[in-house]
Amino acid sequence: MNRRKIIEENIFKFLSGFATYSLIAILAFIIIIIFVKGFNSLSLDMVIKTPKGGYYYGGEGGVLNAIIGSLDIAFGATFIAILIGMPAALYINVHLIRYKRIQNTIRYLLDALWGIPSIVYGAFGFTLMLFFGMNASLIAGIITIALLITPIVVRTFDEVLSTIPIGLYEATLALGSTKTETAFKIMFKQGFSGFITAVLLAFGRGIGDAASVLFTAGYTDLIPLYLNEPAATLPLAIFFQLGSPIPEVRERAFAAAAILTIIILIISLTARYLSKRYSKSNLK
Amino acid sequence: MILRRFLFDRITETWMVTALVTILLLPLIIGIALYLKALPLFEIQNLPHLIGSSEWLPTDGKFGFWPFINSSMYVTVLSFIFAAPVCLLAGIYLTQFASKNLVRIMQPVMDILAGLPSVIYGMWGILIIVPFVGNVLAPFLNINSSGYTMLAGGIVLAVMCIPYMLNMLIEIFNTVPIGLKEASLSMGATFWQAVKHVVIRKSYPGIISAYGLGLAKAFGETLAVMMVVGNRVQITHNPFKAGYPLPALIANNYGEMLSIPMYDSALMFAALLLLVIILIINLVFRYFIYKTKTR
Amino acid sequence: MYLQNSETMTKQAPDITLKPKVTSIVKINNLNVHVGQHHILKNINLEITKNKITVLLGPSGCGKTTLLKCLNKLTDLYTELRVSGKIFIEEDDILNTQKNVPVIRQKMGLLSQLPYPLPISIYKNVAYGIKLKGVRDKKLIEYNVEKYLREVGLWNEVKDRLHNSPTSLSIGQQQRLCLARGLAVKPRIILADEPTSSLDPISSKIIENLFRKLKKNYTIILVTHVLRQAVRLADNVVFMYYGEIIEQGHSKDLFKNPKTEKLREYMLEGN
Repeated sequence: MNRRKIIEENIFKFLSGFATYSLIAILAFIIIIIFVKGFNSLSLDMVIKTPKGGYYYGGEGGVLNAIIGSLDIAFGATFIAILIGMPAALYINVHLIRYKRIQNTIRYLLDALWGIPSIVYGAFGFTLMLFFGMNASLIAGIITIALLITPIVVRTFDEVLSTIPIGLYEATLALGSTKTETAFKIMFKQGFSGFITAVLLAFGRGIGDAASVLFTAGYTDLIPLYLNEPAATLPLAIFFQLGSPIPEVRERAFAAAAILTIIILIISLTARYLSKRYSKSNLK
Repeated sequence: MILRRFLFDRITETWMVTALVTILLLPLIIGIALYLKALPLFEIQNLPHLIGSSEWLPTDGKFGFWPFINSSMYVTVLSFIFAAPVCLLAGIYLTQFASKNLVRIMQPVMDILAGLPSVIYGMWGILIIVPFVGNVLAPFLNINSSGYTMLAGGIVLAVMCIPYMLNMLIEIFNTVPIGLKEASLSMGATFWQAVKHVVIRKSYPGIISAYGLGLAKAFGETLAVMMVVGNRVQITHNPFKAGYPLPALIANNYGEMLSIPMYDSALMFAALLLLVIILIINLVFRYFIYKTKTR
Repeated sequence: MYLQNSETMTKQAPDITLKPKVTSIVKINNLNVHVGQHHILKNINLEITKNKITVLLGPSGCGKTTLLKCLNKLTDLYTELRVSGKIFIEEDDILNTQKNVPVIRQKMGLLSQLPYPLPISIYKNVAYGIKLKGVRDKKLIEYNVEKYLREVGLWNEVKDRLHNSPTSLSIGQQQRLCLARGLAVKPRIILADEPTSSLDPISSKIIENLFRKLKKNYTIILVTHVLRQAVRLADNVVFMYYGEIIEQGHSKDLFKNPKTEKLREYMLEGN
């Protein structure tokens, strides 16, 4: 009887430990594969040149157009997402602080919104584009991605804001601030770590998403100069080049993937580092 | 001075309210827009026929979505079978057995896994999973397969969904009060019995919800699956054959969307279908989670 | 400070042990607990007498609860705790034993600050520990569930809804259910960690009366910071302050003429 219990415990301890460590192994496996494949074909040309004639048959050039396009879209979208998301999160935690039910309902809806897949946003962006008579362009991509990442900004920022004790809010009001001043001057500062995390998370999501820009941003070999020009993006550059039958082009897809992975790694590690640092300084 | 302050206050408050309302109305606006675009399709075929028929001949104006819905569900369930036990076990290990150091290491690991773009997963799938299925697994089972299969899609999806579900499970397990575990242990349960009888039981609704939300995420995932799943319109229950999930249908055909009559309506209907299914799953299970959290 | 303590210790120890028929069930030698740099239990030496109510008294945060959790090795759950020393329970050194921990824990029933009913029905809550002991006979389990629910005076209140969730009970009832559950594993010792702190006065009184009744068959170790509860219930009192035992002895002697300044202060504030 007792032996069986102990054996059961050991089996499950082993299995669950195995599951956990295998996750670390899978991540290492993915990153190693991407880097080994990518660094073989990664050259300076990849990062500083746009595709030249014959590029898609193995000719000269790089993916600078996609790097710039992705950065443009991610920065633009993050900017819009901050403009909409930051005040919304503050409003939930300052003006609605006494209405727990409304707060919870809003959080519930935002969480559900977070679950909508990016392809749906892409299709929606496409209908919007047709409605306004626009072509696939930088601005259409920016707006679509902004819609996609705004719920992330709100919910992540909100998560940190909601832990701020109500006493701080009351103390500020007692000093004669209006609610809005409290929101932007005090709550924003107090929740700054959450804000940083939210922005970086949204930026990372924006730069890596492909399904939504597929419809809206288009693809071009040129670096976009104006908002109404189409723009290439890194994920799509990888996707298209992987589909090519020519080995050299596929090699370049690997290199582009390595570049994208490095960007994502930097963003998520910075996010964790900064949020830790700021939440520490908040405690002092 | 006071007037300016007051004015500033009004303006910013309006800005805040507008922003919040816009976000909250977003799913509704998306739904309406997609519905309006899909409307012409409803005029030639009714909804049950659209969903139930498996005739897919866009050039003849025949749109039956069943092969795509079937593929989507198949791939999703497949990924769930791989991901669910791993998440549950890892969640238990990280909240009950693991040292503080391991937890500290796992945090960025899950962050990165969750943050990697789907195109990266897709590429990894093409480089590793597809050859593995096609050249190792299929010959081993005496099956002829290219490797671009629903099985490959399921495996890649499973890896993508694990950090998402695991995060939720950890949060849920951490809300079980330690006193409950102490109560069970003090009655002579072994550690594992306490986990089994108390932690898992107490989190039961939460586990179901996390799984439900994981399924919804898998159902809507586009690029990674599309890159490895083969994209062939057919109804099959063989994991070693190709499938064609709904999101892949939309993404693959956007180019010729406007060249075939009604095709754009059909694709927008597919998007609407995805939105409705995923939104409903999300609303139901999120509600579950809120109920258990507030209790 | 330390010397003074050990002096009072040696003076009192014979007091308890020399009396006829009094045997100790728990012996603690040089118990130390650290968390990181903090020394939260310092050189605890203690003997606990069988079939008496021993009260661990002291202000919040002085280590009473930690001491209690050391006794049934729940300290294992908190990996940051480092425990050293010896704890003998019926001559078993539980800190350095190869014996099965669940078997040791079944010698003690735990009653914590908040009632923690398991997420199963009322009936199964009591049956849980019995089943863990390997009893499979349904009749026997049923008999025992009724017996222990009667022992805590809960039977008549719940007999019609045995298969409902315990969340439908009041907090006081839940706490009694937890007590019944603890008794059902047939422990020798009941560990009670401020069991009445979250209860209303009526429920508290019921629990206290139960303790008086139960001490015939069980040894009760009660943690509390409420002085009056200690006065009402205690046979022996151990007064703790910042991780140290300041004073211990028979309840009547101790409260009549406290030997240390600390206890005197505490009693003044308590009243």
